[in-house]
Amino acid sequence: MIYASFLILFLAFLGWVFADLEVSTLEPWAELWRMLSGAVTPDFVSLADVGQSLFNTLAFALVGTFLGVLAGGALAFFFHWRLVRYACAYSRSIHELFWALLLLPVVGLNPLCGILAIAIPYAGIFAKVYAEILEEADPRPLQAIPSQADPFTRFIYGYLPGLWKELKHYTSYRFECALRSSAILGFIGLPTLGYHLETWFREGHYASAFALLYVYYALIFSLSIWARPKLVVWWVMLALWGISKEVSFSLENTVRFFTVDILPWPLRQGKGLEAFGDWVWDIVKNQAWEGALNTFILTQMALALSAGVALFLFPWASQALAGPRLKYGGRFLLVVMRSTPEYLLAYVAIQLLGPSMLPAILALSIHNGGVLSHLASLNADQVQLDLSAAKKSGNRYLYEILPSIYGQFMAFLLYRWEIIFRESAILGILGVYSLGFFIDSAIAEDHLDVAFFLIGISATLNLLIDQASRKIRRGLKGSTVFKARA
Amino acid sequence: MKRLLFCCAVLFFLVPPSFALELRFSAIPDQDMDRLEQRFNQVASYLSKALRMKVAYIPVKSYAASVSAFKNNQIQLAWFGGLSGVQARLAVQGSQAIAQGAEDQKFITYFIAHHSTGLRATKNFPTAIAGKTFTFGSKGSTSGRLMPEFYIRKYFHQTPRKVFQRVGFSGDHSKTIALVQAGVYQVGAVNYQVYEKERREGRLDSKKLILLWKTPFYPDYNWTIRGDVEQVYGPGFIQRVQKALIEMKDPKLLQSFPRSAFIQADNSLYAPILETGKAIGILR
Repeated sequence: MIYASFLILFLAFLGWVFADLEVSTLEPWAELWRMLSGAVTPDFVSLADVGQSLFNTLAFALVGTFLGVLAGGALAFFFHWRLVRYACAYSRSIHELFWALLLLPVVGLNPLCGILAIAIPYAGIFAKVYAEILEEADPRPLQAIPSQADPFTRFIYGYLPGLWKELKHYTSYRFECALRSSAILGFIGLPTLGYHLETWFREGHYASAFALLYVYYALIFSLSIWARPKLVVWWVMLALWGISKEVSFSLENTVRFFTVDILPWPLRQGKGLEAFGDWVWDIVKNQAWEGALNTFILTQMALALSAGVALFLFPWASQALAGPRLKYGGRFLLVVMRSTPEYLLAYVAIQLLGPSMLPAILALSIHNGGVLSHLASLNADQVQLDLSAAKKSGNRYLYEILPSIYGQFMAFLLYRWEIIFRESAILGILGVYSLGFFIDSAIAEDHLDVAFFLIGISATLNLLIDQASRKIRRGLKGSTVFKARA
Repeated sequence: MKRLLFCCAVLFFLVPPSFALELRFSAIPDQDMDRLEQRFNQVASYLSKALRMKVAYIPVKSYAASVSAFKNNQIQLAWFGGLSGVQARLAVQGSQAIAQGAEDQKFITYFIAHHSTGLRATKNFPTAIAGKTFTFGSKGSTSGRLMPEFYIRKYFHQTPRKVFQRVGFSGDHSKTIALVQAGVYQVGAVNYQVYEKERREGRLDSKKLILLWKTPFYPDYNWTIRGDVEQVYGPGFIQRVQKALIEMKDPKLLQSFPRSAFIQADNSLYAPILETGKAIGILR
């Protein structure tokens, strides 16, 4: 545990030595002031035309999650097949934004792009998590069912009743993530909330931007009211009905994408393996190497800073440390932090601080720090404090709470490692020279083969980090008891 | 409930997309969004009247998205930049450039700088910009990326990343001007039409912004149409669209581009762009 902590700190320090952290705007304070005044005087009148994008945001998230559940649920039964496991691992190691960039040339600007960009990676996630839940299921109800019953019946009557609560809980958590993804897809041109947010933040219409942001928060915070399972069925149908008129699919474009667009250029030209080798080497040398290195630097610094943010903030949301009243303030702050997509945060931070790694690191740390603090505060409140426990908050934090939850905290942190890597990669689209920058450039140059190859590299690196994280987590004492499924 | 869901899923895949005879067009997002939407919604209603059919403007967020929409036949007509036009025509066999602005035969890129750099306007390429921070426009822009990068490589024999301390892509020309004026980047390359328009409208602070250098002329923006439109909208359609564009005389409409008039164009006019694109590796 100590080693893992020091390793994280050391890598972040190395990153700090090499990273570009300059603030290049000359008057960040003036801009921040304009932004804050927009935040306190939101202009809800300007939201007259965003109804459709609000609907799309919800519809993409609903239908995307729905299809993800269907596909993931089906795949969960075949998760012991290696092929299924690998396919799922790849599908979820590619960020929704990259999926959308890949899908845009295939299906074009239509709802299908947004839906699939969510459904594909989510199917991979659902398959894995559902398979895990299934594996840990209590086998006793199953023994009451005749062994000649078909697998479907066995699942419905043997497993489902016992697992329903956990499945529901995880699925609704994922739906919240899908809303975030759906909103963000607008930043690259799909007709969701992000479309307007991008325009308004870029052009400095902060009052409008914040009004829309508040609507988005209202949606997230009221999830428990409107996203109950019985209602959700109707929402999904409504969403399907609403977008079905606009969905179009062209076989011709799809065939062209797979047989021409993503075929490496030298092969398209009918050249041999040697030319293909040059093509690979050229991309690796000039783009992938630098992109991967910067993505890694960004990841390590954001990981360490997220941990710092979380260790500093979680006490404020914990009953044992902040007390019964103060904790609500802390919890509210954490909800806002983790509901705000890191991509949006980075976008705004770049407007304020100028293009360097600094805004990206801050954005990743705020979002992920929020998630980690939330989890840590839940753990902290489960610690049994006896009467002899330290009374002063500082002592209680250092000597009672922290030692008991630190192992779990590290497990959570390591779990965020691959998530932060995936996010670091996409932040390149905003101008940091991480993998996303080169992928975005390849898309802009209409070199889809290069984009496809780079996305493959990004996914593979992501899988490696996932493996490493799992190894270290397994080595952490006692951490196997905890599930870090967040 | 399950049955309902199933019906829904079936419906979802059976409902065919609408096939109403409608011309859809788009444009590269080279300036502030609200101005673009205003401009092209006016153009849509003009074309709708001139062609006596439904014409819709499809807004997009990036140059790449407009090319991709053209490729996928989600738009049949587009107001492209020089480079995006070439990309689109390479991707769709038979598509044609049918019109350009009168100014697009001789387009120019301005290199601009923040006053704190101490740089001054020069007749020749300003080699003093080496080592500064530099912003292009969009990655797919002709005036904001292709031509400036071409001259940077020509005079420094280096990639921009090696020449400058930091290289960024602002996304559009309005943003490039805003960033250089605010000093976020010390030097930038911008479409001269957008620059002149913002100057006329009083949005530029001449104390902060210095016009360093003007590139030689090159061909830029164009209206490009897919070759297969005549199979859908009838023979002679391309000519009808071309005529409608060239006969656009309303000064308010033209001013919003800003162009003095639209004139006839063809693919061969953009050969220099193709060559330049190949020279720096954006086109292949």
